[in-house]
Amino acid sequence: MAAVQDTAVVVGAGANGRPAAQGRWASIWAKHGAGYMFLLPWLIGFFGLTLGPAVASLYLSFTSFDLIRAPEWVGTANYVRIATADPKFAAAMQVTFLYVMLSVPFKLTFALLVAILLDRGVRGLTVYRAIFYLPSLLGGSVAIAVLWRQLFAGDGLINSLLAQFGIEGPSWISHPDYSIWTLVVLSVWQFGSPMIIFLAGLRQIPTDMYEAASLDGASKFRQFCKITLPLLTPVIFFNAVVQTIDAFKAFTPAFIISGGTGGPINSTLFYTLYLYQEAFGNFRMGYASALAWILVVIIALFTAFSFVTSRYWVHYDD
Amino acid sequence: MTDATMSSVTAPSSAPLGRRGPLGSVLVHAGLVAASIAMLYPLLWMISASVRPEDEIFASTSLWPSSIDFASYLRGWFGLDVSFGRFFWNSLVVSVLTVIGNVVACSLAAYAFARLRFAGRNFWFAIMLGTLMIPYHVTLIPQYVLFLNLGWVNTFLPLVVPKFLASDAFFIFLMVQFFRGIPRELDEAAMMDGCGPWRIYWKIMLPLSLPVLATAAIFSFIWTWDDFFGPLIYLNDMNTYTIQLGLRTFVDSSSTSDWGGLFAMSTLSLVPVFFFFLFFQRLLIEGIATTGMKR
Repeated sequence: MAAVQDTAVVVGAGANGRPAAQGRWASIWAKHGAGYMFLLPWLIGFFGLTLGPAVASLYLSFTSFDLIRAPEWVGTANYVRIATADPKFAAAMQVTFLYVMLSVPFKLTFALLVAILLDRGVRGLTVYRAIFYLPSLLGGSVAIAVLWRQLFAGDGLINSLLAQFGIEGPSWISHPDYSIWTLVVLSVWQFGSPMIIFLAGLRQIPTDMYEAASLDGASKFRQFCKITLPLLTPVIFFNAVVQTIDAFKAFTPAFIISGGTGGPINSTLFYTLYLYQEAFGNFRMGYASALAWILVVIIALFTAFSFVTSRYWVHYDD
Repeated sequence: MTDATMSSVTAPSSAPLGRRGPLGSVLVHAGLVAASIAMLYPLLWMISASVRPEDEIFASTSLWPSSIDFASYLRGWFGLDVSFGRFFWNSLVVSVLTVIGNVVACSLAAYAFARLRFAGRNFWFAIMLGTLMIPYHVTLIPQYVLFLNLGWVNTFLPLVVPKFLASDAFFIFLMVQFFRGIPRELDEAAMMDGCGPWRIYWKIMLPLSLPVLATAAIFSFIWTWDDFFGPLIYLNDMNTYTIQLGLRTFVDSSSTSDWGGLFAMSTLSLVPVFFFFLFFQRLLIEGIATTGMKR
């Protein structure tokens, strides 16, 4: 805005020729140049690596493209096939939603429970907090996925432990009914980072509220329901949105545990894994672009839905 | 783990809810200790499996090996056509370059957003925040086509160059928040003394921002070290593999034969991250508590 005004003023004044015009550019440069110089790397990245590619992928989603021949316009054929004639897409959606619906609530409940236990002035808080946080930090790596694959194998550690109680467990990772649960457990195991955010949120609750409540004779459970939970809803909301978006994008554990197949019988076919298979296994780049845009729309719809419904349960101070 | 870290974030937690009798306190600790053991057991088991004699790995659920034997480390290290030394080196190169790129490019942009006045600043800032919401899948395929045509596949360039263009916008946001907290009087005084924006950035902002720069550097390192998807797509030649790709190849090639070697290399691959956890825990935890990072 400021630039436009400056220009107008200087144009009026500088009717008498070149030096004024040069001065005008110099003054605009002096005023705004430094900002754009500092911003230059990001601007190049934004246009070259984000905006440009996003537009290109929208275009590609209406084409058939195998990297070798030029993209061929097919109209909405990709989207029509996804919606009507792609059982693997349906499977991937089902698996991904199941994973989101199971992993996020379990993870957040666990994170909140532990945070509440830790918040009450437990001795050795930092040691516990560190132990609970460690899996979050390590969990994204292939090493942990490899370990998980062994833990839940037919002859894995979990079944060895169960055997000591006389229970004979199935091969969890290769049974279509259980395989998704191994991934849910892996996700819940990484409850540390939402727990830290909950802890920070719990600290924000003024202690005099509890004092007033206990003077009035409110039980601890009542205090929890009437003070802690309502005041924590903004943090719960934040964690839920972040963890859900993250769960929609999960990739590595399903890839490693299923050996890249999404099996058995597509039971671990995360959406991103299917997208990867289409793009870099079958080189259907146009089709995969359409899948990517559908994922974006799903995440956007989910986020919008969360914000709209949050009005009814998230408690803000003002 | 040090006492200094303990006191810093812990202090005001003497909430009235917290007063329990000795019995309650014992119960809480019992629960927490049990949970801690359950959480750490798989990790510790993997480490112990990596130093066990091969035939004992699946026979035992205990954490204590009957004898310690580092043979699986040697076997694992040379278990593929290319040694794991190469994979570790590649991961280190990619991670260090990413750290440099993120710190330099994001701090430049953050300085512009936090301190400089120029036309369109708020517009670009909103756009930058908007890019945080976009899943990378949308840009994935055109970026791949671009880097393929540039001949960058099987090099580290697709993994590193975007970082020098501040593609991890999250860190820009983190730094903007921090820069805004630095008193403006400092820049104004420097400006009076004739310092331009570059000198203010270099002599005032960066030296005063070491905590946030360190946080960004550590998270950049850990995320890049653990990244699997990027290398999976761009690196197909085994000589360019990062440690994560090396492990994945190891699983596929020897899934049932050499678990000892696989666990040995898995354990090694976690060492750098564990190192950061041990020495920079306070920065990591504060980074998460104040910004809500996902891991």
